[in-house]
Amino acid sequence: MEWETVIGLEIHAQLATRSKIFSGSATAYGAEPNTQADLVDLGYPGVLPVLNGEAVRMAVRFGLAIGARIAPRSVFARKNYFYPDLPKGYQISQYELPIVAEGALEIVLDDGTRKRIGITRAHLEEDAGKSLHEGLPGVSGIDLNRAGTPLIEIVSEPDMRSAKEAVAYMKKVHTLVRYLEICDGNMQEGSFRCDANVSVRRKGADKFGTRAEIKNLNSFRYVEKAINFEVERQIELIESGGKVVQETRLYDPDKGETRSMRSKEEANDYRYFPDPDLLPVAVGPEVIESLRATLPELPDEKAARFVREHGLSEYDAGVLTASRELGAYYEDVVRIVGHDPKLCANWVMGDLAAFLNRDNLEVGQSKVGSAALAGLVTRIVDATISGKIAKEVFEAMWETGDGADAVIEQKGLRQITDTGAIEAAIDEVMAKNPGQLADYRSGKDKLFGFFVGQVMKATGGKANPAQLNELLKKKLAG
Amino acid sequence: MTALPSLPAPTVAGLARGLARGEYSSVELTRACLARIAAGQPALNAFVTVTDESALAAAAAADAARAAGHAGALTGVPIAHKDIFCTEGVLTTCGSKMLSGFVSPYDATVVRGLKAAGTVMLGKLNMDEFAMGSSNETSFFGPVRNPWDPTKVPGGSSGGSAAAVAARLAPAATATDTGGSIRQPAALCGITGIKPTYGRVSRYGMIAFASSLDQGGLITVSAEDAALLLGPMSGFDPRDSTSVDSPVPDYAATLGDSLEGLTIGLVREFFDKGLDGDCGQRVREAIAVYERLGAKVREVSCPNLPLSVPTYYVVAPAECSSNLARFDGVRFGHRCESPRNLADLYCRSRGEGFGAEVKRRIMTGTYVLSAGYFDAYYLKAQRVRQLISADFARAFGECDLLLGPTAPTTAFGIGEKNDDPITMYLNDIYTIGANLAGLPAMSIPCGFAGGLPVGLQLIGPHFSEARMLNAAHRYQQETDWHLRVPSAWA
Repeated sequence: MEWETVIGLEIHAQLATRSKIFSGSATAYGAEPNTQADLVDLGYPGVLPVLNGEAVRMAVRFGLAIGARIAPRSVFARKNYFYPDLPKGYQISQYELPIVAEGALEIVLDDGTRKRIGITRAHLEEDAGKSLHEGLPGVSGIDLNRAGTPLIEIVSEPDMRSAKEAVAYMKKVHTLVRYLEICDGNMQEGSFRCDANVSVRRKGADKFGTRAEIKNLNSFRYVEKAINFEVERQIELIESGGKVVQETRLYDPDKGETRSMRSKEEANDYRYFPDPDLLPVAVGPEVIESLRATLPELPDEKAARFVREHGLSEYDAGVLTASRELGAYYEDVVRIVGHDPKLCANWVMGDLAAFLNRDNLEVGQSKVGSAALAGLVTRIVDATISGKIAKEVFEAMWETGDGADAVIEQKGLRQITDTGAIEAAIDEVMAKNPGQLADYRSGKDKLFGFFVGQVMKATGGKANPAQLNELLKKKLAG
Repeated sequence: MTALPSLPAPTVAGLARGLARGEYSSVELTRACLARIAAGQPALNAFVTVTDESALAAAAAADAARAAGHAGALTGVPIAHKDIFCTEGVLTTCGSKMLSGFVSPYDATVVRGLKAAGTVMLGKLNMDEFAMGSSNETSFFGPVRNPWDPTKVPGGSSGGSAAAVAARLAPAATATDTGGSIRQPAALCGITGIKPTYGRVSRYGMIAFASSLDQGGLITVSAEDAALLLGPMSGFDPRDSTSVDSPVPDYAATLGDSLEGLTIGLVREFFDKGLDGDCGQRVREAIAVYERLGAKVREVSCPNLPLSVPTYYVVAPAECSSNLARFDGVRFGHRCESPRNLADLYCRSRGEGFGAEVKRRIMTGTYVLSAGYFDAYYLKAQRVRQLISADFARAFGECDLLLGPTAPTTAFGIGEKNDDPITMYLNDIYTIGANLAGLPAMSIPCGFAGGLPVGLQLIGPHFSEARMLNAAHRYQQETDWHLRVPSAWA
């Protein structure tokens, strides 16, 4: 039996406002518990919420970036339920009239084809506090620093058909919110997380299967693993004659499995209704246009430009635009070198990425800045060093912080382009290896590589490869 | 009862003049009020908290400010606050066991405004629990009694405010009105009450009952007093998104304007079979006074108004069920002894902390918002609410002010309506409409029936407080009903 997986994601992105969505408290992460919660966040009797305009502007910018319709009038509603980390007994969210409706993003599948993922809506809401259990035997602590932090909840259509697609989509949103600088994207701190709605159906079926919602996934890896586990579980369940029940499940990363949290019957009736403390949010056409003017070049536009203007492959362009910083770094290198964008791209995606990855650094923290890398690439282009030597130079630059020219001089790595010197080295190698020379001359062409290697060895790798080839061919021919 | 010191003037306006002329100090005036409060408390139970010490300190500060030449019109005038307004460092109970130990860490905007104007807070006034009631019998701190007849209720929910002002324990009091909670007790206690336009007065620091209906206001002896006190408590507040950013006029400046050419509308639906005959008669007599003052009278109709009580009893409970969710025993308010688990903490804290009427409304509200019922109740009520607003808007196309009764009867007996909540709810039948439409409204005394005061209600278009106060003041210059004091409290 062939099965099809159907996935929709609800992504929660914390908006990078300085203060909370309905109060003046700071939103900075990691403060002492309950030091960033004022009377409004604590839900004291008599207090009232006041909307942070910056959160609205950020949500609108997100909507514009996904080509969505911005609601001219959106309404905050109360989602009512009791929980200790929810001091008011309700969460202020948007329900029937969200600020952002109907947009889409494109993801690139493994085979290089593009797929459109629909975004049903994105709405503003406040985050809840956190319950703390560690180090508090027998009791639960409540930290309300996070209570009231602005979130945008981005709800996709059930358009994804595999865990990989789900991850690609989530990464795409992650890239986008950081491009827009509306979310720091820090998944460990919970700034960017998602709930996955997962169901399976027989290939060709027109109705969706019953879905389970996996809550609070805060890494791309967990999203992939949790969905794959859940898909297997549902298929096995159905194939063994069981039925999937609509429920909320939690992913346990230690055991790599999902488990039931609450069934549909146990689900809260949230009793949504418009919050009478807040006026409807009006966003007029002028506001929309002025915010549109603030949008940066978005990842897809940037990638298309790299393909068009730099002649990069779609794949390379995609990698280089995965973050705004990486794209800017690459463009800096190209600008300084002035040509050979493909070579620049290879260095950014190759050695630079490898070293960043090795040292667990972001591109903004790179020990070789864009100007320094451009200096190195320039030396390859002007044949001062070979590409191979350049790798050695790059490593030294990374370790010492020196520029390419300094490293080349100190280590004497300048390429040998003096014909006489290369010829002398060739003569020496030929003299040392009479057997191989005889074999070559009797038709063993493959030994050419052996001679190249020996000459390079003799010159410490510094011989200009093109010159070496030419001279060696001549000499070996006798 | 020990001999009551009398207040040197019957109104805030008079007291303010006396203070300005140096006839007495604020400390002397405050002492007189505190003495009346002490004498009145056993009989009336109007106060939950009396802040003697801080009142005298504030009075002394007011006197000092006056001596230094920094006095405003209200400097040194003692007033009291309904216990729904948060007052920094002072117990703020909202009439509930739930908040019987709650000391607010901040001042409500209304309290702050009146403090800044120089008024002296005497204490916090009793009220129906969370402002839910029309008789002040739902208070955790016991019923308030009507100074005109201690066997009768003072009305509610601002029963403490009305009784305190009627017995002249305080020259004036703040109050709130969600469905008539200022106007009905003002009527039943024979004094003046004003509920401003929704959004005129900040709700910040006013413990919420039904957020889309709640509005802070005043209970005073006269319309002139209301005009003096309303300014400092009105205006846009950045902490309340529903407060309206429009200038606050000098309400006292236009009190004496002529009523010549004023068109008064009599809402046909207000003069229904539920209205007590004598009360209706007093209202008609008051209308005759207005005609003598030059006003034209015409009948208007608000056909959807009879739906206001059922509409209100969907909208208000829906909002209250959510507003009162924060009282969960976790951070503030009553917490049950040794809860077994989270559900037990919630159930017992709330079960013990709330009284019967509050629970009834929370349950009603939870029901009307729940899945499957939301459309039939909440949404439908919102649609009817719009129809009622449209009725008023149409009426104000034909007239400047609406006049009618405030309540269908005079004050009823304590305990009389406790068995049937619907009968109790019907007491607000004439007042609820103004809340649903967000309109400003007043009640002013217009005579007596069977020895008990009768109230005349005025309802105006949005932000017509100045015109309404003007109309009330002109009536009060022709009559002295508002100056009548129950003999025991004279």
